[in-house]
Amino acid sequence: MRSLLPALLAAASLLAGCEKKQPAQAPAAPATPELKAPAAPPPASDVILLGEVGSLTGAEATFGQSTHEGIQLALEQANAAGGVNGKKLEVRVYDDQGKPEEAANAAVRLINQDKVKLILGEVASTNSLAMADKAQAAKVPMVSPSSTNEAVTQKGDYIFRVCFIDPFQGYAMAKFARETLKLQNVAVLQDNKSAYSTGLTGVFQLRFAEMGGKVAGVESYSKGDTDFRAQLTALKKAKPDGIYIPGYYTDVGLIARQAQELGLKAVLLGGDGWESEKLFELGGSAVDGSYYTNHYSPDSPNPATQAFISAYKAKHNGKVPDSLAALAYDAANVAVAALRKSKSLEGPDIRDALAQTKDFDGAAGKLTLDEKRNATKPAVVLKVENGKAVFAASVSP
Amino acid sequence: MSDFLQHVINGLSAGTIYALVALGYTMVYGVLKLINFAHGDVMMMGTYVGYASALQFKQRGGFGMASVLAIFFLSMAACAAVGWLIERFAYRPLREKPKLTALITAIGISFAVSYGFQMDWGFLPGPNPRAFPEVIRRQPWLTLLDGEVTLWNWQVISFAVALGLMAGLQYLVFRTRFGRAMRAVSHDHRTAALLGIHTDRVIAVTFMLGSALAAGAGILFAIKDVKIEPLMGTQQGLKAFVAAVIGGIGNVPGAVVGAVLLGLVEEFVVGYTASSWRDAVAFGFLILVLLLRPEGLFGRVTAEKV
Repeated sequence: MRSLLPALLAAASLLAGCEKKQPAQAPAAPATPELKAPAAPPPASDVILLGEVGSLTGAEATFGQSTHEGIQLALEQANAAGGVNGKKLEVRVYDDQGKPEEAANAAVRLINQDKVKLILGEVASTNSLAMADKAQAAKVPMVSPSSTNEAVTQKGDYIFRVCFIDPFQGYAMAKFARETLKLQNVAVLQDNKSAYSTGLTGVFQLRFAEMGGKVAGVESYSKGDTDFRAQLTALKKAKPDGIYIPGYYTDVGLIARQAQELGLKAVLLGGDGWESEKLFELGGSAVDGSYYTNHYSPDSPNPATQAFISAYKAKHNGKVPDSLAALAYDAANVAVAALRKSKSLEGPDIRDALAQTKDFDGAAGKLTLDEKRNATKPAVVLKVENGKAVFAASVSP
Repeated sequence: MSDFLQHVINGLSAGTIYALVALGYTMVYGVLKLINFAHGDVMMMGTYVGYASALQFKQRGGFGMASVLAIFFLSMAACAAVGWLIERFAYRPLREKPKLTALITAIGISFAVSYGFQMDWGFLPGPNPRAFPEVIRRQPWLTLLDGEVTLWNWQVISFAVALGLMAGLQYLVFRTRFGRAMRAVSHDHRTAALLGIHTDRVIAVTFMLGSALAAGAGILFAIKDVKIEPLMGTQQGLKAFVAAVIGGIGNVPGAVVGAVLLGLVEEFVVGYTASSWRDAVAFGFLILVLLLRPEGLFGRVTAEKV
């Protein structure tokens, strides 16, 4: 019987999808049936309503759920500390099922129907890009917690983010490899079908060479390949002391196993695409001793991080927050700080206040929003040890 | 030198898996003149059955020779049953319809299975990849050139299994009563029926054999590359199909030779030119073979029946 519910939901959302096609100016149809419920009452005048769009269901459901938990915690704390100028903060959240078209609809609904002051979301860059068009057109500020694609904030001057962008990760790993690990000769194995992977490769190659290292060779694979032995054998010829693999955990685990099998002794390096429990299952002991860059580590000694972790654990039965929860917590807190500073609750004023965010002490590191509305902040480097990722270093811009 | 040798080993090892999948393709085609595009997905299902049974054995304390054979047997038996079901309910009703109908049905089954397995209701595994347990302990079988190049035990086992199955199938087709029936059905199934051959049974058994082979190939694949996921059959199936066509589809030794050639070609393209050229060159090789020898390397030219 379990199987019936998702089927019904899918059918219902299909119906909702048909409705939407009709008049363009009509308010967007709700994303899921439970949200179809009576139009929410207009917020009382002593409440400031924020909007959130996230993938609460669908394949990336954990992304949306972690994000929501982080935002809730931040708002509870803000309200306990008196809210914003005596007004309480509330968040209205819509599920986009991980789909860009639903994310855009949810953003329109938040803007036109709920008249929110500010939108928080999304995790996936494609969804944030879809929302950003709507928010920018309506001049409603939007803060993405964790979309790293450069194009997101290029949508306009109302779009911000509290995470670093992709090129910075490539730089951070180049710096760590060169200065901390003292590597001389690093090869790269990239996923040539992924813009994320080729982007990181480009930055890493450039920066590592600038710092006096040598890029021993670049080989490519395609997402979904399972045999990387040919590429690894070709790289082995150059005798690299490190291999940079800016791919996703599904492929990286196998690459690590096959590198070990072929007798490659190089240390493996990667980016935040590695972040998943599956990495340890697929890679086994072969990924031990590897390093990857990420946004946040629960082991970081930073006091703001530790304060966030203990508050989150207290609320969620001791569960350790992931990086998405930490970034969402930062996004909500940056928004709250801007609302407190803002001259009025009008979009342009909130935008100006957001743009002035400087040296904000976030759970995922101290951040400053630059003139391109991207966060300048340190990256953490994690080391894989015995099937766990532990904090190794923090790399500042 | 060491990298050349390593590339040869890698290529043979990849080609071996293609060969095992291609054998099933070629057998079904040989009898039915149907390209069973669901073959790769049957292989995927077999691998998951192997995975489930391997987990059971692991819980009961490790893998011995007997448990490994049991894993193979269970998944081959399950796939034989699946193959029978597919043939009975999807292909047999279309036997007298145009060939294209059955071909499209095969593609439909392929998608239904691979995407169906991405749901996580009931026994379906869901889209997340899993790591296949190490049922055969990985050990170096031979090290060469001061330990620069290693030949692993599982590579040798897979290769031996592929050659053994090829010989076994060849024997089955040309030296047994059942093989003679298969060849008769392949030649003209209506006349074969007139002569008292139970054609439906011959076709069903061929399908079950092909599916069981796919299951075996799937487990050897999982021993080699560890990661299993619902879409794994599509890639392997496509490559194996290419291999079977290169070797001459319907021809048993041809499938093995085509597969090993394809594995080696891919390996050397990646090893000595740009790695992104792999698929382009592999499929270019297919086109070249078809231009020069349309019947494949080992295929026989058949006169068109009028």
